[in-house]
Order: sequence, then C-alpha cells, then structure tokens
Amino acid sequence: MALTARPPSELAGFDWEYAPAPEARDIVTIAARNQLYIGGKFVEPHSRKFFKTVNPATEETLAEVAEADEVDVDRAVNAAGEAFRSWSRLQPARRARYIFRISRLLQERSRELAVLETLDGGKPIKESRDVDLPLAAAHFFYYAGWADKLEWAFPNRSPRPLGVAGQIIPWNFPLLMLAWKIAPALAAGNTVVLKPAETTPLSALLFAEICEQAELPPGVVNIVTGAGQTGSYVVSHPGVRKVAFTGSTEVGKLIQRGLAGTGKRLTLELGGKAANIVFEDAPLDQAVEGIVNGIYFNQGHVCCAGSRLLVQESIQQPLLEKLKLRLGTLRLGDPLDKNTDVGAINSKQQLAKITGLVESGVREGAEIYQPECRLPERGYWFPPTLFTGVSQSHRIAREEIFGPVLSVLTFRTPEEAVEKANNTPYGLSAGIWTDKGSRILWMTERMRAGVVWANTYNRFDPTSPFGGYKESGFGREGGLQGLLAYVDLN
Amino acid sequence: MATAVSRSGGTPPTGGPGKPFPPPPPLSHLGSLMRGVRSVDQVGVEERAAALGKRSIKKASKLAALDLVIRCMDLTTLEGADTPGKVAALCSKAVRPQPGDASVPSVAAVCVYPAMVPPAEAHVRGTGVKVASVATAFPSGQTFTSIKVAETREAVIAGADEIDMVIDRGAFLSGDYQKVYDEIQEVKEAAGRAHLKVILETGELGTYDNVRRASILAMAAGADFIKTSTGKVTPAATPPVSLVMMEAIRDFHHETGRSVGFKPAGGIRASKTAIHYLVLLYETLGPTWMTPDRFRIGASSLLNDVLMQIAKERDGVYQSGDYFTID
Repeated sequence: MALTARPPSELAGFDWEYAPAPEARDIVTIAARNQLYIGGKFVEPHSRKFFKTVNPATEETLAEVAEADEVDVDRAVNAAGEAFRSWSRLQPARRARYIFRISRLLQERSRELAVLETLDGGKPIKESRDVDLPLAAAHFFYYAGWADKLEWAFPNRSPRPLGVAGQIIPWNFPLLMLAWKIAPALAAGNTVVLKPAETTPLSALLFAEICEQAELPPGVVNIVTGAGQTGSYVVSHPGVRKVAFTGSTEVGKLIQRGLAGTGKRLTLELGGKAANIVFEDAPLDQAVEGIVNGIYFNQGHVCCAGSRLLVQESIQQPLLEKLKLRLGTLRLGDPLDKNTDVGAINSKQQLAKITGLVESGVREGAEIYQPECRLPERGYWFPPTLFTGVSQSHRIAREEIFGPVLSVLTFRTPEEAVEKANNTPYGLSAGIWTDKGSRILWMTERMRAGVVWANTYNRFDPTSPFGGYKESGFGREGGLQGLLAYVDLN
Repeated sequence: MATAVSRSGGTPPTGGPGKPFPPPPPLSHLGSLMRGVRSVDQVGVEERAAALGKRSIKKASKLAALDLVIRCMDLTTLEGADTPGKVAALCSKAVRPQPGDASVPSVAAVCVYPAMVPPAEAHVRGTGVKVASVATAFPSGQTFTSIKVAETREAVIAGADEIDMVIDRGAFLSGDYQKVYDEIQEVKEAAGRAHLKVILETGELGTYDNVRRASILAMAAGADFIKTSTGKVTPAATPPVSLVMMEAIRDFHHETGRSVGFKPAGGIRASKTAIHYLVLLYETLGPTWMTPDRFRIGASSLLNDVLMQIAKERDGVYQSGDYFTID
C-alpha cells in the first residue's frame, strides 16, 4: 500500500486551512536610499552609484543601496585603522561593555530585524525569528564574555589584536554571519570593515544603526555595501590585516590566490555537500524530521545543508515513503506568514542555478519527486525536491546546489557509508542517525567533516567551533577557536 | 561494528567438542516482536512537537478548530464524589454546551465511572451524545482479569457505548507483554459492540520507546482508540507523547490498513492546548483523522474555555465566566 503525498481528500473528515498569519511589516522602516556607514557616520558614496535590493518573495524593490568603490573602501579602512589605535588599547572590560550592549540591542530590536531579514532575504519569519536573531545575539553575548579574559583564553601567550579585519559575508544568514564575524573581532580588540552580500545588505545597515545606538566609538565597525568588486577592494586593501570570508568555494579560491605572499591572515568558510547518514536502527520519524531540517531549512541555502542523504538500503523504502509524506505537509509561501515552512529563493540568479542543476539531475537519469505544491506567481520559488536513484557520479551528488534539493543515495555497511560520505571535494558537515552510540563515535573518527551531528542536524551554538575540511575552507568560527583567528600570539 | 562482525565470522558456535549447541529457550513471539519496535529519539520528538505548537491559528481556522474540539470532546467526570445529580448536570452541558446558541454542537460523549452509566445513559438517550465508561479497575488496573472483564460487561449492559480501559502497567513494565495483550483482547470481546479505548497511562511508562511499544501492542490487540492517560497521574497527555502515539497509529495503518483513533486526556484545560493537539493531528495523520470517530479529547474543564474563545472570536471581546454555565 503506497502512501500518497497527502491523505486522499475524498475521505477528508475535516477541511482545515490555517488562516494567513503574517507578521506586521510596518514594524521596520526601510529608507529609500541607504548610504555607507564609515567612521561612525552614514555617508554618501564617492562612487555616486546605488543598486537596488529586492524582496525575493514579491520582486518588489525594497530600497536603493550605495555601491562602494575603491575610494569608499579606502575611506572605510582608514577609519577603521584610525579607530584601531584607541579601540585596541581600551580597557578590555570596557570593550566587553560595548559588545554586551550590542547583544542586548539585538534582542530588543529582534522583531524588527527578523522582519527585515525575511523581507530582504526571503527566509520564513519562523526561522529569522527563532534561529537567526537569537543566535546572532548569543554570539555577541558569548564573545563579550571573552573580551577581558583573552589571557585566560590563551594562557602563557600574549594575545594581541591584529588590526583592521576585512570581512565578507554571504546572503543566506546575513545578520548571523555578521555576528559570527564581528563579535570575535571586536572582542579581541580589532576593528572591522564588513561587506554584506549585494542581495541582502539591509540588516547590516540596521546593525550600523545599532552600533550608533550602543555608542560604539566611530570607525570600530564600518559597513560598505556593494557586489563582488567592492569585496575585492576590501580584500586587497593594504590596510587590512586579516580577511574573513564566507561564501562560495570559487570566490574563496580567488581570494586565497590574491592574498598569497601579502602576510594577511585568512579564514575561509566555503561550500559543502554534506552527507546525512541514516542507519537501519535509526528512530525513523525523527530521522525524517532531521532530513527535512537538514535540507529544506532556509530553502537549502545553508553551506552545511545535508544535501546528500545516505540511507542504508534495508530501510530505504519505508524511509522514503515517510519522507515523501512529510514533504507533502511542508507549507511553502509568504515568508512573513508565521505558518510558512519554506520561503522564497534568495535571488533570480540562484533560482537559475538551482533549476539548471535539477535539470541536469533529470537528464542524468535520477528520479525526481516534488510534492504537489502551488508556487506563488511573483517572486523566486522552487518546490522542495527529492532525487532518488542518484549515484556518486551524478552532478547533483557532487556539486553544491544551495537550494531545496535532496539527493538520495544508498549504502550497505558502515564502511561504505564513510567512504561515500568522504568522497567529495568538500568536508564541512555531516549527520549520523543511529540508535547505537558506539557507531556514532566510530563514524565520527573516520569522517572528514568539520561538524558531525548525531541524531540531529543544523544545530548551532556560539560556544562550538564551526568550519570545514578540504574545499570547504579553513579556520574555525565560534568558540575559543573562533577567537584564534583574530589574535596575534607571536 | 562491521569490523567486529568480520572478525567473529567463520565457524558457527557449538556447545563444546562433539556436542551440539543446546536448543534455544522458546522465545515469546510477542516479546521479541515488542523488542523489535523501532525506537524514538527523545530530543527529536520533543522538538517537533514543540515546533507544531507555534503554528498561528486564528480567525476562521480557529473557529473551525474550536467547533471540532467540542464535537470530539469526551466531557468527563471521574470523582469519588460523583452522584446521579452531578452526572445529570454534566449530561445537560454535554448535549447543549451553550444554551441559547444552537450553532454550538454537542460534545461526542460523556465519560463516567461504571456506576454512573445508568443515570448518564438515561439523560443522553436519543441526543446523539455517547456514554463512555471507564473500566478495568480504573485508574490503576491492579485487579484480576476476571473482574476487569466482568466490569466491562456490566458497564456495557448498563448502557455504555464506549469503554475506556487501562492497560496493566505492572505487567507491561515487567515485560509481560503477553498478559497485557491477552487482557486487552478479553476486554475487547467483553465490550462487544462498544468501542474500546485503551489507556496507556503514558505518565507511568517512563520512556517514549515504551509509549510506542505500548501503542503498537494495544492496536495489535484490537483497540479502536489509544488514549494517553487516566488524568489521575502526572504527567498526563503531553504533545510529544501524543506525537509518538500518532506516529505509531500512522505506521500501524500503513502496515495493516486499520485506522485506530487517538485520544489525549488529562490536564487539557485551555483552548490553545487543545488546538496544539489538533495541529499535531492534522500534520501527522491528516484531515481524515479529524472526526469524532478517530479523535477525541478527554477533558473536564476545557469546555468553558472553548465556549469563551468562540464568543470572543465572534464578538471580539471576552465575556466574564458568569456568562458560561458551570456543569
């Protein structure tokens, strides 16, 4: 007896539709034109150029944002260099006080920031409200605590700040990635020039307002908006002593090449093609939740997304039946609606990339499954997608799709699972689902992945380091290890 | 691990030189079946149950939900102090929860002790409201099977349409699954045409693994409904326990084609909590389970809160408690 995606409606005892429950968007005010934040002031860009940022769920233009050119970036780096002199010498406990203040302001204005994050990025309000914002605040709280304890963090060394950090963040978790970058940098006494992604610059600009509200000394945090070109100015500026980048492996390689021989410190957090491994003794219903959370969370725009499901062949059938049934209950639609599970794809380009890779999957002979689901007419959307009959050589099993697309592969023994999981140029994360504790440890020892989740997925905590192996980058963010990237111990 | 498997592989074990291995002790078929029931991950199930509590249900969907909650309610009184007078009042409330407002439906059933079945039956006869009787030495279940069976039979003869039995948790926790199974079967037979709801008393089972095991056991033994709790033990119904039971129902339906109903009971006092259960049901078992034939809520003090919420949705303001009858 095959399960259908939804229980047949002719038997329906009760036709229940959740009424729309949109979060009020007027809680946040978006300026029509947004300037750069340099030296503690919002300033006109030297470039005189502005670009548009749109709401991917409606294609409506939200605002115009300044595009920083080389002169703008130079001004920002100089402002940060100027501020570094006093910020790095500030009594550490006072530095901590500023960072604590920022985290409290993030909490106070969390609703506003969550709505903005959803408007600009397309992620469900449920996620920006319950994941992005609390975690971003937690990161600032955590690193504020370290600010005056650096000598205990690195005992018998003398940790000193590096100088100006140039930081480039992606569009999938704009504010959270900002927190991961700025919090440890400030705690260690550095100043920053941060460039948010061009499709999601708005929350970083609101964060600049929060810095003002916290009375952070001018120049400690500078926000320059723009696209890849602006980013390359930040990276290559001679005044920048440390570069932190989160984004695609392609750009990461370019940056690493560019920085060779400059003496700048570098950490990269790049792509992934994580294996989510389900053994036959796993608690199936919870594994299904974990799989869904692993790949459909934030529309799959997650570098550590569990995009390859490795399932033990003996339970493939029941697991897939449950998974397909569950996909039928995912609610796709208005990201501002509190009942929405799957939001909009971040940009037109990303949608084209996902569509292209999915087409390649079909061409290469994998079997596609998509639950019945109505996509809104305007905006960028892609339904939750599942591929079965995928083999290691298919593009959809090798390349990072960065969308709500899951490739299902099978294995027979734990050895084979490890082998297949490691058989990728990436190595950011992995998931293991089994009732057997010893097997979790056995697998973890053998997996080349920066993070291995056991019986859960996409779980983050500021105290826990995050980062990758191989083409997923190097360096760690979060935890004590996250501080290491921002201090000089020599 | 698999390396250990290959190391121990090779010659099959024997009972010593020249001697065949002794035959294994006879396995209890049901016991091994029960031990094979898939496990539940506590963190995962609690997280999912909590996430479904964040659905925003309002306006039309809230009114529809509240209406369904009433239609699926087993209005309950299970006190030592119950009298025919108290039961009569409960029955009037069950038939017409909101006098003067015909749009508010009757509840599904009244749930009483066996001795209170005759007065209850007399009051609800012809109204469509069913009489449910607890039985089998409710709430502990600690008596002889013959007495449980006799109690069930008497309750049905007295006019009960539905029997809410408790499982023998002592037997279950000591691993005597066969006894639990047999007892459910015997009670089911004694109940005859009356619907059988089997109370697992999840608050005494200790783990979600046990809840899942007991659910499968009860359904295999012939339960028409599985029910969380007696209401006499804390914790009673909780969202994660309910989710585990619903998932067991879904799997059982998938395996056997038989639809078993679900009844959370105990401690459900607020409409918001009741709606949380409906969301769990809707997103786990789907709309086909959202009828009184497959879903009940056992409650004694929930009804007035639901009525208050309905009035609020309609008029936009909350009325004081004095506008709702106490039963």
